[in-house]
Amino acid sequence: MLAFVTIAILLTMALALIRALRGPTVFDRILAVSMISTKTTLLIAVVGFLFGRPDFLDIALLYALINFIGSIAVLKFYKYGSLGLASHLEAVPGHLEAVPGPVNAPTASGSPGADKPAGKPTP
Amino acid sequence: MIESAVEILAWVLLGAGAIFSVIGGIGMLRLPDFYTRMHAAGITDTMGAWLILAGLICLAGLTLVSAKLALILFFLFMTGPTATHALIKTAWYAGVKPMLYGPTSTGPADKPEGSSPSKP
Repeated sequence: MLAFVTIAILLTMALALIRALRGPTVFDRILAVSMISTKTTLLIAVVGFLFGRPDFLDIALLYALINFIGSIAVLKFYKYGSLGLASHLEAVPGHLEAVPGPVNAPTASGSPGADKPAGKPTP
Repeated sequence: MIESAVEILAWVLLGAGAIFSVIGGIGMLRLPDFYTRMHAAGITDTMGAWLILAGLICLAGLTLVSAKLALILFFLFMTGPTATHALIKTAWYAGVKPMLYGPTSTGPADKPEGSSPSKP
């Protein structure tokens, strides 16, 4: 049964990996990679039970935290263009208002080639 | 008797978590839009992860192992919605628009209702 759960988690990771490879926008890729990271945490825990070594749970615990920090770091870099300090971000006048709203792209973003982050510096 | 009941509960939780996880993966691949894909990822991040971890907790019993599993569950409970919120806000600021009526819709329905992006 634990092997079945392991196979299910691996299948989910494979599906998310396909989406990460062909996702049209950057955010699809970030979403898929975040999902793969959560599944990796679960996979480490389940494999630890499967092999009878629950020491793996420490690694899973660490991985859950690093996953969150990495995802937030990528998103902050995308939004502000740097990973600078908070004082540096406040020194930029109107750093929140400078970010444009959703542009009027007539095509839906589900179509391939809709990868236009509206003049933001791409990571 | 009690132990076997807990074990049956653990297997039920693990199986349900695995099924939810695979459903979320299929939705991640098949759904047409970024925001709908985020819905699919939410399934795996909530029901999949929580059910599998709850099943492992039932399997471990009251030990240090189950305490660690509960800690992982707590961290996923806290960080998952935060990361999802940051991701969807960044995508909205960057101009990813929700698909409202269909993959080829270019009608007036493509305007999201006006004022929301300018004042977060």
